[in-house]
Formats: sequence, C-alpha cells, structure tokens
Amino acid sequence: MAMNRKIAYINLTTGEIKTESISEKIRRLYMGGRGLDMYLLYNHVPKGADPLGPDNAAIVSAGLLVGTLASASSRTHVAAKSPLTGYLGSANVGGFFGPEMRQAGFDHLVIKGKSKKPVYLYINNGNIEIRDASDLWGKDVHSTQTMIQEELNDPDVKSLCIGPAGENMVRYACVITSLKNAAGRTGIGAVWGSKNLKAISVRGTLDIEIAHPLEALEYNKEIIDQVVSAKVSKTMQKLGTPFIWGVTNSTGLVRTRNFQLNQLTHSDDIEPESIEEDMIGTAGCFGCQVHCRGKYIIKEGDYKGTYDEGPEYTSIGAFGAEVGCRSKNTVLVGNHLVNYYGMDNLETGSMISWAMELYEKGILTKEDTGGLDLTWGNDDAVIQLIHMIAKKEGLGAILAEGPLRAAEKIGKESLQYQIHVKGMSNLHSDERPTPALALNVAVSSRGSDHLRGRPAIDLYHLPETFLRARYGNPVPYDGPLTSDFRDYEGKPWQVIWQEICYEAVDCLGICKYHTVFLGPNMPAFDEWVKLIYLNTGMKFTAREIWDAADRAYTMERLFNIREGLDRSQDNLVDRYFDEPVPLGLPGIRGRCIDRKKFAKMLDEYYERHGWDEKGVPKKETLKKLSLEKEPSGLL
Amino acid sequence: MEKVLVIDPEKCTGCRICEQVCSVWHEKVVNPYRARIKIIKWEMEGKVLPMVCRQCDDAPCLEVCPMDAISKENETGIIFINYDKCIGCRMCVSICPFGAMSYDFVDNKVMKCDLCDGDPQCVRFCDAQAIRFEDKATANEKTRRKAAKQVMDAVN
Repeated sequence: MAMNRKIAYINLTTGEIKTESISEKIRRLYMGGRGLDMYLLYNHVPKGADPLGPDNAAIVSAGLLVGTLASASSRTHVAAKSPLTGYLGSANVGGFFGPEMRQAGFDHLVIKGKSKKPVYLYINNGNIEIRDASDLWGKDVHSTQTMIQEELNDPDVKSLCIGPAGENMVRYACVITSLKNAAGRTGIGAVWGSKNLKAISVRGTLDIEIAHPLEALEYNKEIIDQVVSAKVSKTMQKLGTPFIWGVTNSTGLVRTRNFQLNQLTHSDDIEPESIEEDMIGTAGCFGCQVHCRGKYIIKEGDYKGTYDEGPEYTSIGAFGAEVGCRSKNTVLVGNHLVNYYGMDNLETGSMISWAMELYEKGILTKEDTGGLDLTWGNDDAVIQLIHMIAKKEGLGAILAEGPLRAAEKIGKESLQYQIHVKGMSNLHSDERPTPALALNVAVSSRGSDHLRGRPAIDLYHLPETFLRARYGNPVPYDGPLTSDFRDYEGKPWQVIWQEICYEAVDCLGICKYHTVFLGPNMPAFDEWVKLIYLNTGMKFTAREIWDAADRAYTMERLFNIREGLDRSQDNLVDRYFDEPVPLGLPGIRGRCIDRKKFAKMLDEYYERHGWDEKGVPKKETLKKLSLEKEPSGLL
Repeated sequence: MEKVLVIDPEKCTGCRICEQVCSVWHEKVVNPYRARIKIIKWEMEGKVLPMVCRQCDDAPCLEVCPMDAISKENETGIIFINYDKCIGCRMCVSICPFGAMSYDFVDNKVMKCDLCDGDPQCVRFCDAQAIRFEDKATANEKTRRKAAKQVMDAVN
C-alpha cells in the first residue's frame, strides 16, 4: 500500500539510523506531508533550540497522496526551526523528488545532529546510506545533482540539495531539486548547511499500490479536465507565473522600489509576453498537466547560452520591479544565480531593494557598499549583490542575515524601511488596497507569505452566492461575505478557509495550482475525499480532512508561541497603514489599510480560529483538536 | 488502418504522467519503472524524449525470439507477447535498438507497449499532446505541414 511508507530518524552526529512504521492513527490525525511534519517538529525540536545548531531537526516528507493517481501529487515538504525568523520553518517543493522518495520506501525523514564532514544521504529501496560529500562541497545546485548521478552511475537518481548559499548559512538559503524547484522560504538550506548535509538523493522502484486503481485512473482524468479547462490554467501552461505579475502590475498591485510604489511603468521588457520570447517551452512536475515551469536560454551578456527554468512571478519582482530594473536579462540572470547558489529569490530581491532604499535615503553610502552604486535600476549592482550575498562578501554578508539581523547591524532608521512580517520579507505584491490579502500576510504561520492563506479569488469580484457556497463548505459559515476586495467584512473567515485549504493540500502533497488558489472552481475538500479513498482506501469525510488540517495549522501556532511569538507579530509594517498606494487603477489608487479595522479583523480571525485575544489557542480548541497533550511522542 | 504512437518531443513537458498511467493500466500500481513508456531526460539541458515501442515492421524482438512468443497482429500492427510461450530469456530485451522491450522485475516477465487495446492511456492523459495515436500512413502529415509553413514563411 501507499500507506506502508516509513519514517526514518537519522542522526548525523552518531551515524545512527532508525526506521519506523507510521500508524493509521497518526495518519488520521495529520494525514502526511506538512501536517505530519508539524507534529514531528513540535515533538522533536526542543524549545529554544539554536536553528543552526545540532538540536534542530531537518525534516523532509512526501504528502499522503504523493506519487498516486492524484493529479499534481508531486510535492515534497521540508521543515525545521527557521534560522531566518526563529519561528516555524516550512517550505514546499514540486518536481520529482517526493514521488521517488516514496518509491524508495519513505514518507518522512527526521535528520538531527551534525556531521563532522560534508555528507549526503542516499536512499534506495528501503536502505539509507550516509555518504561522503567532500567533493560536492562548494559545488552549485546544478553540478551537485549531476555529480551525484555520475557517482552513483544512475541518471534516474533524484536529489534535493543545497548550494553554496546553504553551505555558507545564508539565512534564506533554500533546498532545490532539479533546476529550480525550490523549497524556498524560511532558510531550510542554511539548516542543512549547519549540519554539513549537502544533499538527499533518492532512487526507488517499489510499487505505490493504489486501492482502487482503475476507478482512481478515471477520477484522475476527471480532475485533470476540471483543472486544465480553467482559463487560469491555460494561461499558466503558456506563460507560467509571470502572467500573474503582468496582470497585477497592470492593476497596481505589485511592489516597486521596496514598497514605495505599486506599479512599474515602462515594464515592457519584463512583461510575460516578452519573457515568453526567450522561453523554449514549459516543464511539468510529476503527473501535472498545468506545467507552469518556463524553460529559457539567456540570449545575451555574460551568461549568454545558459539554460535554466523560470522565471517565476517572484523573480520578476525580485530582480525587476522591486529594484527598479526593467531589463529581462537582469531578471533571467538573477533568477539563474539564485538557483545556482540555492537561495530564496524573494528574500534576496527584498534585501537588495531594501539596501537600495537605504542608499537612496543616505543610510548606506558607497563606503558601506564597497563602492557599489545602489541607485534604483542599476542592473549590474543587483547581479553583483546576488554573488556577494551567496558568498557572504562585504555588504552581502550583512544582507545574508535577513531582515531583522541586517537592520540591527546597519542600525540608524534602517529597520523602518524593512518590509517584513515576523522577520521574513513580504512577497513583491502590494496588499494595501486589499484587506483580506493584507490580513493573510500578517498572520501567516511562517512569516509574511501568500502561500499560507491568500484568498486570491477575493480579487475576482465573485458573486456572494458563489462565495457562500465556496467558503461555507465543509464547515458551515453564516457570517458576512462580500464581493468587494476593498472591504474588511467577512475577510477573516476567507483567510482561515484558505489557510486550512492550503494546509490540507500540503498534507496531501498536491500543488496549490490544483486547488482554490487562482481558480475558484478548482478541486478542494469534496474532491479530496474521493481522491484519498480511491488511492489509499482510507475513508475521510470532508470535515475530517478539514479537522486534520486545522490540527496541523494549530500545531504551527503552538510551535510559534512556544518560541516566543505573540499578537504584536501578527502585524504589518507601518507603510501598510500610513502610506496610501500612489498608482494603479481607480479603486486601488490612494488606498491603504485602516489600523482600527485591521485590529478588528485580527480579533475576529483569532476568535474564529478558536484562539484568545492574544492569539493563543484556547483550551477547548486544543481539546477539540486532540492537541491538549502535545508533545505526545507518538513518532 | 494501422495506428501508431507519434511522439512530438518539443511538446513534451517531462511530467511523466504517461509512465504513471501506463503502469496503472497494466500493473494496477503506480510504478514508472514498470511502465512500457519512459521519458528520457537531460534535465540540466532542458531536453526530454519519450521512448516507447515503435511496433516495427521488421521487428528484431520478434525475429530473435527462440520460442515464437512474439508476433505481430495483422490488422492493428501491434506486436504482442504470448506469455504462455515466453521463457523469459530476455533476448528481445537485448536486441531492441530502442530499449523499448524491458523486464518487469516484480512479475519476472518481459514487457512492451501493447497500445492498451486500442486506447493508449499515455495519449489519453497527455494534455500537451506530445504523444498522439494516429494512422500510420498519414502520421507525418502534421510535421510536413509545419515544415511547409516554415518554408512558406521564409519565402514570403
């Protein structure tokens, strides 16, 4: 059965490896993937652990449906205590690693301790081997994976690895599989680097048994048709996520110049249609028919002829709009470099744009930058800073520390120009005109983030009857709901619904483009009931899926609170409240978030989650979710 | 009319759903390593190519089989394995120039594409249409038209 995959505990200090089965009881509580990872994180990382010390646990998992006949069930989840924020570290990645890890016999890996020398794990059909990685240390993400395939003489080996940024413990280094499939956020790559763990390589030929194979095959076809018939998917198939940047830029919902402006004018060269000219096709993750990953070859400059994948929305934000650059070449080269070094494009671009604003304001001078001219739109300086951050050279060493530590080092008023929540930089979108999206960013469990609970469909002005059907299932909701994205009413529940939806989809290991993220009619709880049953034989009701995801999300809250989080950090930086957006369409221009109304939304958000006014889950909530005895040590 | 699988590598996204559904259709499990089709990748160069049995007119697997266990169906052109006759010597695996005949290490048998009783699942699930099921005699027409268009565009 797909459900007989195991969990392995690997201690890199002692070399000890232990494997265990995963009981159906705990499956029913947390399903798998991110949900079960949250249980493991809470149970295995001691309170106050140094994120870059041996007590932190590097957790890797495949979701409950990964590799099965659930469309786009390709996702791997990674977790640890974040070296960027000191709170929850959690990131998700597509590609082919997760399915292969399942075929190799494992669903969850918990890696503790610290190896004396660089190592990588090789997992093959139930066996786990700790192998020397001395010759891989220092190598970029792409060479590392190729070298491992060559060493093992097997081109089908899939690796999840760190690059030089992870080795150097850049606090927002990521882990990557293939060219650009990155578990990007919260700095998990630095945790791997601190453990001298270069890569995990998997290869397996074990069957993933399907409970009802032919019915599951037919249902998979139905789901695929449901997904690919959506217009948003058709556009993604052609343009990838740059299309989202294009449409949001045209309305005035992107960030430029470190959040000073909300629209980039004269942006023709970095618009999706221009990027498409350099694309040589698109690539899909395991079993996915949306295939949103662009493939491109750099046409000019120092990197001419280099092949890579992307760029995503975020690289256009990071190395285009945010830093005031209007050059496709800078976007494509910047995107390539963060893939090469293995660090988060979002955080990298945000730190560079922050430095540029400090330069504009005179807080940083050429003395601090080592002679670099950090004027907005200086393409060469942006590229130069990417190298410097990855290698921790000069100003790059400061920027590599992430928003809060870097602001502490630079001092003066530098902190007030940071656009972050909980010490993690915001996405390069502007949520000032959209209270629902702003609330999501403020409360997201891993620090500022859109992939934890963004009600993106709030922007579509959908009829209230539709919203009621969507957001009233599987948990009844009779509070307010409005079609206007500028309203504050009803938005807390939309955020909660999306949080639980995204948590569930991460537990299952399915991509968010296959649920209610960009497409309002995408599969959700009802479809998952059938997918879980046909593929695994386990019977969950829609409500039980919701409860498992709610349990996992509450566990994330408990972890954060244990590490010192409180209500003051479910907040937005002052610019959200004090500086109305200067550009964009009528209805967007001139708007910002109202402080009082925001506080009211936050109160309601807590209450509907079953948390007290300080944001701490109430006793009855913990009891309802069977969380009152955590940590319980079942795994 | 014989129908054949037509591969368009330019359209292939490398998602491997063909491998997935092939293994489910034939073996009732997901296991790309037990599928009859395989996507060969040079991932770091962005190159992919689906590899599957060509149902050759003059098939080496059929010729080499010492037990006459492999035969070509006249009407459909499909090359079949008769497992009652097959002794598992894997001569066919050795000789296939495309590596399309493979060995199932679970059930211990050789295996190849049988076009799923006329409804190839790889074709059915490939939304990108990188693999199509078309009449053998006219399978080149789309490519010919595409090439002609390129020529015309150049001339005009």
